[in-house]
Amino acid sequence: MIAIIDYKAGNLTSVRLAVEALGACARVTSAPGDILSAERIIFPGVGAAAAAMGTLASLGLDNAIRGAISNGTPFIGICLGAQILFERSAEDGGVGTLGILPGEVVRLAPREPRAKIPHMGWNQADFHKAHPVLDGIRDGSDFYFVHSYRMAPARNGDILTTTDYAGEVFASSVARGNIVATQFHIEKSGKTGLRMLSNFLAWDGKESPKC
Amino acid sequence: MLTFRIIPCLDVRNRRVTKGVKFQNNVDLGDPVEMALRYYEDGCDELVVYDITASAEHRPIDIGIVADVAKVVRIPFAVGGGISSLDDMQRVLLAGAEKVSVNSLAVANPSIISDGARAFGSQCIVLGMDPVRTDDLARFPSGYEITTRGFRLRTGMDAVEWARRAAGLGAGEIVVNSVDADGTRAGFDLDITRRIADAVNVPVIASGGAGKPSHLSDAYSAGHADAAIVAGMIHTGEYTISRIKAEMRGVPLRR
Repeated sequence: MIAIIDYKAGNLTSVRLAVEALGACARVTSAPGDILSAERIIFPGVGAAAAAMGTLASLGLDNAIRGAISNGTPFIGICLGAQILFERSAEDGGVGTLGILPGEVVRLAPREPRAKIPHMGWNQADFHKAHPVLDGIRDGSDFYFVHSYRMAPARNGDILTTTDYAGEVFASSVARGNIVATQFHIEKSGKTGLRMLSNFLAWDGKESPKC
Repeated sequence: MLTFRIIPCLDVRNRRVTKGVKFQNNVDLGDPVEMALRYYEDGCDELVVYDITASAEHRPIDIGIVADVAKVVRIPFAVGGGISSLDDMQRVLLAGAEKVSVNSLAVANPSIISDGARAFGSQCIVLGMDPVRTDDLARFPSGYEITTRGFRLRTGMDAVEWARRAAGLGAGEIVVNSVDADGTRAGFDLDITRRIADAVNVPVIASGGAGKPSHLSDAYSAGHADAAIVAGMIHTGEYTISRIKAEMRGVPLRR
């Protein structure tokens, strides 16, 4: 079973429809038992980190997520679902998050003075390492972004892609072990995003050896 | 770098896409779901679907069209027309739309912007506005007055002032649809587009008047817009999205 984690953080319809467009079936769920028994897990989310952490804890999903990840279940976090995998977020004056990936989440600080926040629209992802979820995708492909904060992974080796927004180059996706975390919305990124989702649905959760 | 978005607009009436000039002389252009799919396949960056008769007919938006479009495209799309409450917004978003667009409703009741932003996030709330050029600079310092109800009502509100206020209330994006340029295919009104783009810290979408690819390049370079809406020039088959992108110069685009 493919589980889409529902923790009242934004709209899950487009994620579910994207999975269904690939001929797969996903269960949108808030049940820790579903998370622990899922074959693979999609962790979407839009909104504020503090509220999301509160909901995850009250539903017992924080420990279910930690358990599933340590069991090796292929796991993808998207947008807020990617950010709260890190140790802390600067949002809302600072909030402790799941602490599964080393690093933190900080506010975007584009260099160009007229740059708008949030960073909204299509921007390029430049590849930093090979990974099964990038199979068949061209380096520098455009993905759809909507965010005001960004991931700042502690280990450069975890960076899967980087993106340049108005002079600030940031980690737009991260991969480590059985976890992939994307700042961009693969479910709204056209055929490129659908290909990445399809790659994820076929992935065994292991990083390929370096070529 | 962030790319300039090209956004086809589908004006839907009785489940068909129509196009008129200044809301008059509407002609049938096709099925909205088929057209959405065609533009998606051809590389458009986003879509807007307006239920243009919902408000006039005092009925909620046709949610079936929203759900059907959501099934076939994998890009963000906004929906407007017939949105009169937070419940309407929620229905549209749960059907798979990324954004809801409010226009006349927000003029009548600006708190719908802040309420919507609080409930669903600013990124979901698009303010559409229909400014018309005016010589009365004493009352309208920007030289543009906001109209509503399909350009029929004048509001007495200055366009730039309204844009600033709406952004402050939490509008995540502003569509500037010039009454003077709408349907002319003679180019966007770059003056009001730039005034608003420079006045607010949210993305601004140029609308009304697109007739050829250079008009979209102008919206980016002279209008300071983040995106542009196209309608007639593609609905008639004169241009395709891919041809527009191929002919635009000096603008970062998604390829």
